Amino acid sequence: MRGHSFAYYPGCSGLGTSMEYDSSTRAVCKALFVELHDVPDWSCCGSSPAHTVDHVLSAALSARNLAKVESTGRETVITPCPSCLTNLRTAGHRMEKPEFRARVNSLLDTPCKGDVQAKSVLQILVEDVGLEMIAASVQKPLKGLKVAPYYGCIMNRPPEIMQFDDHENPMAMDRILAALGAEVVPFPLKVECCGASYGVARKDVVARLSSKLLDTAVGLGADMMATACPLCQMNLDLRQEQASQHSGRAYSMPVLYFTQLMGMALGVAEAELGFDKLCVSPDRAFEAMAASTIANKQSERGSRV
Amino acid sequence: MSASFDADFVAQVQAASEQNLALCYQCGNCTAGCPYTFAYDIPVNQIMRLVQAGQKHKTLTCKSLWLCATCESCTTRCPNDIDVARIMDVLRHMARCEGHAPERAVKVFWDSFLESVRKHGRVFEAGLLAKYVARTGRVWTDFDLAPRIIPKGKLALKPHPIQGLGEMEKIFKRFEEQGGCL
Repeated sequence: MRGHSFAYYPGCSGLGTSMEYDSSTRAVCKALFVELHDVPDWSCCGSSPAHTVDHVLSAALSARNLAKVESTGRETVITPCPSCLTNLRTAGHRMEKPEFRARVNSLLDTPCKGDVQAKSVLQILVEDVGLEMIAASVQKPLKGLKVAPYYGCIMNRPPEIMQFDDHENPMAMDRILAALGAEVVPFPLKVECCGASYGVARKDVVARLSSKLLDTAVGLGADMMATACPLCQMNLDLRQEQASQHSGRAYSMPVLYFTQLMGMALGVAEAELGFDKLCVSPDRAFEAMAASTIANKQSERGSRV
Repeated sequence: MSASFDADFVAQVQAASEQNLALCYQCGNCTAGCPYTFAYDIPVNQIMRLVQAGQKHKTLTCKSLWLCATCESCTTRCPNDIDVARIMDVLRHMARCEGHAPERAVKVFWDSFLESVRKHGRVFEAGLLAKYVARTGRVWTDFDLAPRIIPKGKLALKPHPIQGLGEMEKIFKRFEEQGGCL
């Protein structure tokens, strides 16, 4: 079986608040024969704060990392985080203009050529590994589990920069979850913003926007939400009680990284998936899924008799 | 209004954003899709109009600039392919350089974030929050989250500094030497 090999940019939150995204990504990639090579001595991409200050500074913080990838001879770097992704891709896109590239390089010790491509982990799982391979690797199908896929605002936008999937109705995560055997809830707010990084300074804004997403998932009867973004996950999970206080409705919605669900279906050891790192436990949803699987098996046996 | 038309301001926004402001014909699609309109003092389509009309002071002092999350909804849905989110970014760059920040807490959070990156190479989440609290005096910030997150062992108590700290410092220092506003 031919595997894949990529440079890997974990992103700062992977060392902290999204450590279960990082560990489950690594475990799932290993299970699917995708080799990850951490960008040597990677640094922060600057995230949103950098591009709100200056576009050359923002690009330079990303370009330091792109230059590190260039030094290893790899052509593609993948990252689980959409914020890192958008910064790395925007930097690469803007540096196609020599004048802008020169300004970025004037801030760097090691100049960046700008020819490394950044992709999301989600993208390479769908495009390089492929849904057939994922489906064929499933050991424990997520049968009966109703999952609402939530992509967040910048995984696919703006389309000219991100160049992946549909910008209004992305389907990559839907298809992966379906390949794992889950029942995918058609989620109408896939690309609506959760409140992004305003949780600290303006938690009222995040509570309002996140409660809209949670209300919709609850209304559609989802057992859990799946996300691909550390900030979305934090707003919806860690800040779920703040959203409850805002809306006056007590939520109890597990919000998992799609890689955690992949790992579970692929039979990865639970220790690597970090379910215990989630604030809203998915245990009850998983138990209900197991119970319905047993009930289905029994009724199948019954009907055979 | 014509007396206060600032042609230089219009030209600066056009040059820095690489967008043709004249293309906006006020369809309102940006505001229709903007999740933050409820929190804005001026909706994004009106900001576009204010910039066209060269209203520098009113534009650069509005709160909306500090509440845009760059979710890219406006940019993605503009029928005339104007990169509206990029214009919002450019406007807050200018507001920052002129010393306007009506959503102070937001600016303090962003500044504390970048200082953490400058100092450690990677964001140190707990340190960032401590700095934010110290500067804003909002000692109860996310206090309710502490019992939720601390037992999860997710909040690193020490930074993860990189080896190339000198390189990081030089990025910021050169930016300042070239006239950049931090």
